Amino acid sequence: MSATGIGAAVRRKEDYRFITGKGQYTDDISRPGQTHIHFLRSPHAHAKITSIDTASAKTMPGVLAVLTGADLAGDKIGNLICGWMIHSKDGTPMKMAPHPAIAHGKACYAGDPVAVVIAETLGQARDAAEKIEVDYEVLPAVVDPAKTQEAGAPQIHEVAPQNTIFQWHLGEAAAVDAAFASAKHVTKLDIVNNRLVPNAMEPRAAIGEYDSGTQNFTLWNTTQNPHVARLVIAAFVGMAPEHKLRVIAPDVGGGFGSKIFIYPEEVVCLWASKKVGRPVKWVCERAEAFLADAHGRDHVTHAELAFGEGGKMTALRAKTIANLGAYMSTFSSSIPTYLYATLLSGQYDLPAIYCEVDAVYTNTVPVDAYRGAGRPEATFVVERLVEVAARELHMDPVELRRKNFVKSFPHQTPVIMNYDVGDYDASMRKAMEIADVNGFAARRREAEKRGKLRGLGYSTYIEACGIAPSQAVGSLGAGVGLWESAEVRVNPTGSVEVLTGSHSHGQGHETTFAQLVSERLGIPIENVSIVHGDTDKVQFGMGTYGSRSGAVGMSAIVKALEKVEAKAKKVASHLMEAAESDIVFKDGQFTVAGTDKSAAWADVALHAYIAHKFTGAQLEPGLKEGAFYDPTNFTFPAGCHICEVEIDPETGSTTIVGWTAVDDFGTIINPMIVEGQVHGGIAQGVGQALMENAVYDKDGQLMSGSFMDYSMPRAENLPPLKIDTTVTPCPGNPLGIKGCGEAGAIAAPAAVINAITDAIRTENLAMPATAPAVWAAVRAAAPALAAE
Amino acid sequence: MPRVSLTVNGKAVTADVESRTLLVQFLRENLRLTGTHVGCDTSQCGCCVVHVDGRAVKSCTILVQQAEGADVKTIESLAVGDTLHPMQEAFRQNHGLQCGFCTPGMIMTAVDLVARKGHDLDDKTIREELEGNLCRCTGYHNIVKSIAAGAKAMAATTTAQAAE
Repeated sequence: MSATGIGAAVRRKEDYRFITGKGQYTDDISRPGQTHIHFLRSPHAHAKITSIDTASAKTMPGVLAVLTGADLAGDKIGNLICGWMIHSKDGTPMKMAPHPAIAHGKACYAGDPVAVVIAETLGQARDAAEKIEVDYEVLPAVVDPAKTQEAGAPQIHEVAPQNTIFQWHLGEAAAVDAAFASAKHVTKLDIVNNRLVPNAMEPRAAIGEYDSGTQNFTLWNTTQNPHVARLVIAAFVGMAPEHKLRVIAPDVGGGFGSKIFIYPEEVVCLWASKKVGRPVKWVCERAEAFLADAHGRDHVTHAELAFGEGGKMTALRAKTIANLGAYMSTFSSSIPTYLYATLLSGQYDLPAIYCEVDAVYTNTVPVDAYRGAGRPEATFVVERLVEVAARELHMDPVELRRKNFVKSFPHQTPVIMNYDVGDYDASMRKAMEIADVNGFAARRREAEKRGKLRGLGYSTYIEACGIAPSQAVGSLGAGVGLWESAEVRVNPTGSVEVLTGSHSHGQGHETTFAQLVSERLGIPIENVSIVHGDTDKVQFGMGTYGSRSGAVGMSAIVKALEKVEAKAKKVASHLMEAAESDIVFKDGQFTVAGTDKSAAWADVALHAYIAHKFTGAQLEPGLKEGAFYDPTNFTFPAGCHICEVEIDPETGSTTIVGWTAVDDFGTIINPMIVEGQVHGGIAQGVGQALMENAVYDKDGQLMSGSFMDYSMPRAENLPPLKIDTTVTPCPGNPLGIKGCGEAGAIAAPAAVINAITDAIRTENLAMPATAPAVWAAVRAAAPALAAE
Repeated sequence: MPRVSLTVNGKAVTADVESRTLLVQFLRENLRLTGTHVGCDTSQCGCCVVHVDGRAVKSCTILVQQAEGADVKTIESLAVGDTLHPMQEAFRQNHGLQCGFCTPGMIMTAVDLVARKGHDLDDKTIREELEGNLCRCTGYHNIVKSIAAGAKAMAATTTAQAAE
């Protein structure tokens, strides 16, 4: 391994600009003549808009335009779409209601934009917005996914009776029913997977600019996938032809899924920039972000796990209601279906699985992918069931897991996925050793002497990453392919630019991707630049989400590098007057086998461009190659997280006293960056388990709508984390990468709740397990505690 | 419009501003010092921390007029030429940042923390002192490590400067 190659903990190339305050986030960009836009949002969760009077707002100082949904419709700007078709059990397509970028006629959630003001300054835009008079006829609202399908519930969209978007299923119901009928033991759980707000630290932002000379639009945007944004805004919204729209995603300050989607605000900034003839800038405020960014999770599930003799799992069934909010966001339909039910086999050899999912509308902010997206929900169902079952069966939770682990690969689950490789017991053994599970009983006794309750919880999770084989996802309803592209451009001096369709918003691609190039071409890492996030530079790409940039994005770079190397060998053969088949390339040197002839990488690069040693008939000048890589399977990162908690029964407050994570991510490019990804994922999972909750009142007002109300994990809420790995290289891609971005968020919630319920000896505890919730659960279980 | 005069990163600045202008807006929009970020609207996230007369202040929390005559330092002032401040270097060495958005505020808070609590900072102290700074990427693990290392490195730098 070289100091900057694959496997080295290379310090990040992108850090210098961030630590010196020289990052360029969208809000840091100021366009000549730019104006500012303010979105006036519905204060009501469900209301008819009977009239909007903008006359006095238009006379306010600095105002350039006041626009409404009627103006948008008048200009024939298309609706926002959901790009993944799901069919119900009965074969009918999902009920996608129209989603205009500015509400027209009716507002469907508190926060739905109803008008915009464009002014010289943001202050003027805000002041003018206060002069817009909107007459609302307030309608009853529904926010609870478990109640929205009831007869008599307010109907949100005409196209969706009973607010039901689809009733979908996966698996074999008959096989599952048979297994349950003959089960020796059945464990049952009712689970609420709490609604979360992603809250990337950089709020979303957009600048739309229209050039009337060229009729070109440019959008600077906080997006994880600029090309998909361009495609949707061109092909579906109809803003401009695709070749007349450039989307630039500069430095983006975290995404966690929330910046995948195509939102109303960027559409409106583009449209308004043409209307006012000047650039239009929007920067989301945090309170606004709580109402404008897609939320995550929000499932209500009943799940059952059947066992045969000796703790052998025989079947799992689950019925889930998934809240998709007021409109279908860009990929919302795929999250509670193909990214959820397909992972219900966990790490286990489960012969039969059946899952039913009802996706529903409510008068809440739209819900879509948030770090893990469906897989945390699945893992929580499976790992809670397993832990509770172990307690009911009086078995060691480790032994119960071990008995049921998938042990031979490839393994076909009953829910589509074909696990390619893994060693689940190896990760669990290593985690147990690091967590000193053997010493837990003594630690628990010691805690009890101090009047504290200790608990230990496991989560042996699996996820499907490296999203995804295009043909496979196409057959499941995806409107896009999920390959990735790369272009490797070698300069005449031998330095290299890699253009990638992946997008970095904290993941460190400028370093890890350069490590790959440095290793393959034998050139210093500082001679490699990674270019991403601009549709005028990178031809096309599918962006970054679902832990796909290593497994899919880097595989595309490998393919392009192979083509570059092949071409460079041809150049070297002319340069050294040797047969192409005799050229050997190693550590940045071309040699002729069996001779002392050699040429350095930079010499060959130069000769590719000066083209003095070959004719045009023999070889094309230049050294630049592109590749598209379509994965052959999902990848399956898996591992074991062990959480140890201490609870003060007098207050209900939970302290995480130990966290061990042993993950199998396949080949690791940069262990420092991988550890960082795991840390961050765990923090978000712990946040979900202990603190975070998007709470609506019955009228549809978001009660936890600011950082004063929505409890974000802070440094003192988290423990030091012990992170390690085991490695089974992924056989499905050239580097053996599985992906690491979501593991922590997927594994953590079940580990925390399993630990707390182990401590307090009751399963009756919902997330977030706040101090009052734990205190109440301890009190409810007090007779059991007292009896010991 | 009221006129304000203050010193920012060693330079005297005077400007006419709307009276509602926050210090962070003045830094970002008037002076184009965009390293200071805005991550919330309730003084919770700490992305906007700068030093005002040597103390860490959330620049979204005060009007620029309240900084009249003050000496303001932002993230852009820490490095000397190409030489990073020891705290900046510690964040880089310990992978104390991912997306980088909270980082300027974290570093400015950390430098202030060392000034107040010294160079030998334990895990618990650092975590408590970060109560005003949010990060969504790192889980804080490497930020805590970075600050502990940066604090020590600042001691070494101070000692070296004293010896010169």
